[in-house]
Amino acid sequence: MTKKILIVDDEQNIVISLEFLMKREGFEVLVANDGDEAVRCIRAEQPDLVLLDVMMPKKSGFEVCQEIKADPKTQATCILMLTAKGRDTEVAKGLALGADAYMTKPFSTRELVARVRSLLGMEA
Amino acid sequence: MSPRARLTLATLAVPVFLLLTVAAVGGILWVDLSAEERHALAGLLAPRVGLMFVFLALAAVCAIAVVRQLHRNYVALPARLAEEARVLLSTGAARPVGVAGSPEVRALVETINALAEHRRSLEDDVAERIRAAMNSVEEEKNRLAALMSELTQSVIVCNLEGRVLLYNGHARQQFRALSDAPAAAGGGELLGLGRSIYTVFDRALVDHALETVRHRLQRGIQAVTHFVTTTRSGQLLRVQMAPVLPGGAGTVVAGGEVSGFILLLDNITRNFETESRRDQMLHTLTEGNRAALANVRAAAEMLDYADLQEELRERFRKVIRDEVQAMSQLLDRTATEFADSLKARWPLEEMLGADLVAAAQRRIEQMVSLPTKLEEVDEGLWLKVDSFSLLQALTYLAHRLSDEFEVREVRFRLVPNGRLVHLDMIWSGQAMSTETVMSWELEAMQFAGESSPLSVRDVIERHDGEMWMEREKVRHRAFFRIALPAAVPQVAQEVPAYPAGEGRPEYYDFDLFSWSERSRALDDRPLAELAYTVFDTETTGLNPSQGDEIIQIGAVRIVNGKLLRGEAFEQLMDPGRPLDPESVKVHGITADMLAGRPAIATVLPAFHAFAADTVLVAHNAAFDMRFLQLKEAATGLRFDQPVLDTLLLSAVIHPNQESHRLEAIAELLGVEVVGRHTAVGDALVTAEVFLALVPLLAAKGIVTLRQAREAAEQSYYARVRY
Repeated sequence: MTKKILIVDDEQNIVISLEFLMKREGFEVLVANDGDEAVRCIRAEQPDLVLLDVMMPKKSGFEVCQEIKADPKTQATCILMLTAKGRDTEVAKGLALGADAYMTKPFSTRELVARVRSLLGMEA
Repeated sequence: MSPRARLTLATLAVPVFLLLTVAAVGGILWVDLSAEERHALAGLLAPRVGLMFVFLALAAVCAIAVVRQLHRNYVALPARLAEEARVLLSTGAARPVGVAGSPEVRALVETINALAEHRRSLEDDVAERIRAAMNSVEEEKNRLAALMSELTQSVIVCNLEGRVLLYNGHARQQFRALSDAPAAAGGGELLGLGRSIYTVFDRALVDHALETVRHRLQRGIQAVTHFVTTTRSGQLLRVQMAPVLPGGAGTVVAGGEVSGFILLLDNITRNFETESRRDQMLHTLTEGNRAALANVRAAAEMLDYADLQEELRERFRKVIRDEVQAMSQLLDRTATEFADSLKARWPLEEMLGADLVAAAQRRIEQMVSLPTKLEEVDEGLWLKVDSFSLLQALTYLAHRLSDEFEVREVRFRLVPNGRLVHLDMIWSGQAMSTETVMSWELEAMQFAGESSPLSVRDVIERHDGEMWMEREKVRHRAFFRIALPAAVPQVAQEVPAYPAGEGRPEYYDFDLFSWSERSRALDDRPLAELAYTVFDTETTGLNPSQGDEIIQIGAVRIVNGKLLRGEAFEQLMDPGRPLDPESVKVHGITADMLAGRPAIATVLPAFHAFAADTVLVAHNAAFDMRFLQLKEAATGLRFDQPVLDTLLLSAVIHPNQESHRLEAIAELLGVEVVGRHTAVGDALVTAEVFLALVPLLAAKGIVTLRQAREAAEQSYYARVRY
């Protein structure tokens, strides 16, 4: 069965690359442009994994993560947070709020793919 | 009984005694004799009775003479000598007791004189020592004051109640900058001897710091602590606190006892802003670029996929182009905006360019023996330099020119070029190769006994500058050009003004150490101990109730019986109404002088703060107070402290004088009148008059504030009402 991945980021310039990358890996790809849209989409589509940007309008990635992980219906969703802030304290916060993995921008797309596959329990 | 009475008594007693003795002897003999013997004796004596009485009288006279002589020698003379000795005892007069009388008395007198002489020499010795000690204390105080006034850091010393005992000129300037009314009080309403430091700093904050200092003292570690605080005007101050220990330096006191504290202030507002800007820039350039870099990197990596369709490939390329362009713009913007913060962090001083060139000339002539000349020097240019290393570099280059290229003379040129200043060192003759210039730039500067680990390049970099060589082929010359960033011309530091004829301002008063806050109610405190604000106002006219307004307030302070000329308050105000021509004749303040001055509503709060915690003193105070009271409703400021009036106090002391005008009293009391009819000039005279009145009042038994107020109220003039 094809795994479903949701890309949440307000910057189109990264969404293009991520979308292409994930589709190329054979995933079914959904896109959300802000936090609210992300939460709606996760509830409606039940994706297997969310690539979640932290700094977004309306609702930050942290809030989305917290909401998803607090809801029993959605808490199984894998969350990989992507952030443009490199401070250790933020990494700690993301993981404490329930994110399954955390990557700091800029990242290597190869590594990203590897992390996504391992989070989804697929071979690297 | 006086010696004279005793003499009279003795003079009477002697003949009486003689008569009684003769009578007694005669009586006993008469009783003892038989009848025949009595008869025979009577027969014998009867014809000689006259002779007997004559003898008896002679004997009495002799006895009286002897008694008088004895009295003179052993009663009158010692009494006189005793008086003289008493004078000697009480006055310590130089005149010794007169030597007279019997040898025994003389010996006694000489001993007394020797003792007196001995005592006098001891007293002289003690007085001499006291004088010497006072001189040295005074000298130390002056040395301390001189030291403090030269310090570039602000220093304030307070007693435990937070009363200011000492401050230096720099602190004064700093508080001037913090003041809401810098022109009038010059920060004097915030910082002044005897004022509370808590008007500036939060008491809890200072108490906390003091507690920390005490703890550190108890634990035997260096008892210094820091805190950072913001002032009302939003300035950021870093304060270092150290304790004042009782019993002088070096005494380590158990239990963390302190008698006061020293505050060292640093206004770090500017540093803080610079630091914040630096941080902000760093942040923009690092974190701010993460997202963009991620976009570029992801897109670039996508381009590697061979199976990419042409349309997508173009989209990724566009992402890369756009992002890189945005990043370039961000970089440019940041670099321009933060150009100042990017400068080297080496501490540089601002220096007049011409001074730097002159110093370079001296140094090169001295160390390299190479003549120098000036070509074109812009006198108004300021540079930000580390003058020592820059001079070293210039001298080093001159040395190598002279040594290796036999240059006979160097010339200097200093010209502005946009944001830069060009400092040129010019010589006639051949130019060296670029390689040679490079090696001179990069080698450590070692020459003529100088040995620096730095190279010319290091020095130039330290200044955020550049250096290169240029040729002037036509004139057959070459020069080294050092391009340095120009500094903003420095405004001469404002020196606080003091009334003419004053020496160093009274920045210290250690007697305040013994002050105790409200230990007694103000009313029962001696006049000599209180703090006063002596003030005077000039007005548009004499009728406040008909709209006349204050146009000038001048005030000085008296603390601990000392007139603080350095802490004056003076401000002209725009009354918002025309001046009475009559009043202009008195104070000489014209409408032009008042144009653009602040209104009273903005000046009164500063004056209120200046006069806080003091007794107000004015000459004919009722007049000035009436003006202030009429402003209460508008400003909400009540001047509710005790008020003393020199006019009334003068009337208490000299009830029979015709005039109690300020000049008249001043003349009577020997106070010199200078600068009258400016508010601060009158306030100064009033203050001097008041200080002269205090001991005169004390002589009349008027010692406390309450007594002074009561006496003033009873005085005749108290009935005058405006």
